[in-house]
Amino acid sequence: MKNSITSKRRDVLKTMAGFAASLLVPKVVRGEKASAKPFDWADDSIHYDPHDHKWGMGVDIDKCIGCGRCANACKIENDVPKEPFFFRTWVERYEVHENGETTIDCPNGAVDGFEKKSGDDDVLRSFFVPKLCNHCENPPCVQVCPVGATYQSADGVVLVDADYCLGCRYCIQACPYGARFLHPVTRTAEKCTFCYHRIVRGEEPACVEACPTEARIFGELDQKASPLHRFKRMNHIGVLKPALNTEPKVFYANLDMEVK
Amino acid sequence: MNNWISKIPEQIKLLAVVVTVIITAFLIVRPMLIPAGFGEQGHFRSGALNDAVAVQFKYAGKASCVECHDDMTDMLAGGYHKKLSCEVCHGPLAGHIDDPDENTPSFPRERTLCPVCHEYLSSRPTGFPQIVSQSHNSLKACISCHEPHDPVPPDVPSQCSACHGEISRSKAVSHHVDIECEFCHTTPELHKTSPRQYRPSKPQNREFCGQCHTKNSKHNTKAPRIDLATHETRYDCWQCHYPHLPEAR
Repeated sequence: MKNSITSKRRDVLKTMAGFAASLLVPKVVRGEKASAKPFDWADDSIHYDPHDHKWGMGVDIDKCIGCGRCANACKIENDVPKEPFFFRTWVERYEVHENGETTIDCPNGAVDGFEKKSGDDDVLRSFFVPKLCNHCENPPCVQVCPVGATYQSADGVVLVDADYCLGCRYCIQACPYGARFLHPVTRTAEKCTFCYHRIVRGEEPACVEACPTEARIFGELDQKASPLHRFKRMNHIGVLKPALNTEPKVFYANLDMEVK
Repeated sequence: MNNWISKIPEQIKLLAVVVTVIITAFLIVRPMLIPAGFGEQGHFRSGALNDAVAVQFKYAGKASCVECHDDMTDMLAGGYHKKLSCEVCHGPLAGHIDDPDENTPSFPRERTLCPVCHEYLSSRPTGFPQIVSQSHNSLKACISCHEPHDPVPPDVPSQCSACHGEISRSKAVSHHVDIECEFCHTTPELHKTSPRQYRPSKPQNREFCGQCHTKNSKHNTKAPRIDLATHETRYDCWQCHYPHLPEAR
């Protein structure tokens, strides 16, 4: 009797050890390391550790005047093709009509601003919505990339490895925000990088630099002394398509329910 | 020893060889297919971060402009355009820092640039200064009247229309055309510099409109009259009647 109880306990312990060991297996197979060491930049002037940052952007819709300087600056800064189909950021004009319909227009991504529309007498309310990659915490585009060319850096920025991208366009299909496009020359996926080359050197993204009304706020999400933290504290905040559980890191203040 | 090996069927031995070859081939080929640095920073080639930061700056940033042009940026800092970055109007100028003579800024003097922000659009936020450029000195360049580095606010009340053009055009064709803005809206001086923090007042009671519109008013014989005591007593007048165009339904 006594023997059988001891052997049972030993079996239980063995099974538990086995389960505990099996939990480690995926880590070993994927080759992930518990603590990644700070990144060694090719450019010696950069002193930036992606692990120390968590970037996000705030967009105040009540401050956006629809001048499109952000979209214009983005195209210049990042050499985005000038054709009107390729945008890393763009501005949409929403017009909610008295009959309940909503019309959205975005002439050439608002790179040249907007012009007055004729026949907008029945407009109930109207506003501009700047859009860009939401740098989701759960990015669907990263999930679907078959080769690991789209990835999330330790600072939360979603980037594309152009050298490794096949141009299969899965990520373009997967993005619920339409924030990606296929570069017509390189045939690789392209998107907003939060101007990664600027933020690692302590500068703001070009769209934030160009915005005349401070409708765009860029900053750290995890630091209380960041302008973005204040932005989130002082405004009513919404994100685009929250039901998709992508957890966007672009936060909109005064977001209208009609914005999709 | 030989005994248990000989007991293994021939097909299993062959299978073991095949499996060994496949596993060996996998172990040899796998490192060749995985790019250098993959998995160091996450599920990606860590060298891709170096590619991402290799882009050349086109916009230098306002902080760079201040270093040489502090006279202009000081002027800018005191006015309405204090939040405006120099390169929004003068073009991207990262090259200008390396070689100021070769890469010169653009100086837009036409009437095309300012309306990108200041042309009247109903979608723009209320209070943002807007004009209708067709009716606003249509042959003059903006900079002939307005210093772009320190644009001067319009006077109150005669030039409320400079920002509130839609309202002033409505009022111009209404029966209220002769009532000045300040008759109804007391406007703090700071409204000109911080239009949202210092808002003009609105009439707070029914008696204000009643000055002309009650049945026993002595002010204006032509104004339509109502009995303040019985007419929709729960509401302020402007909640139903648009005072800038009271004829509208």
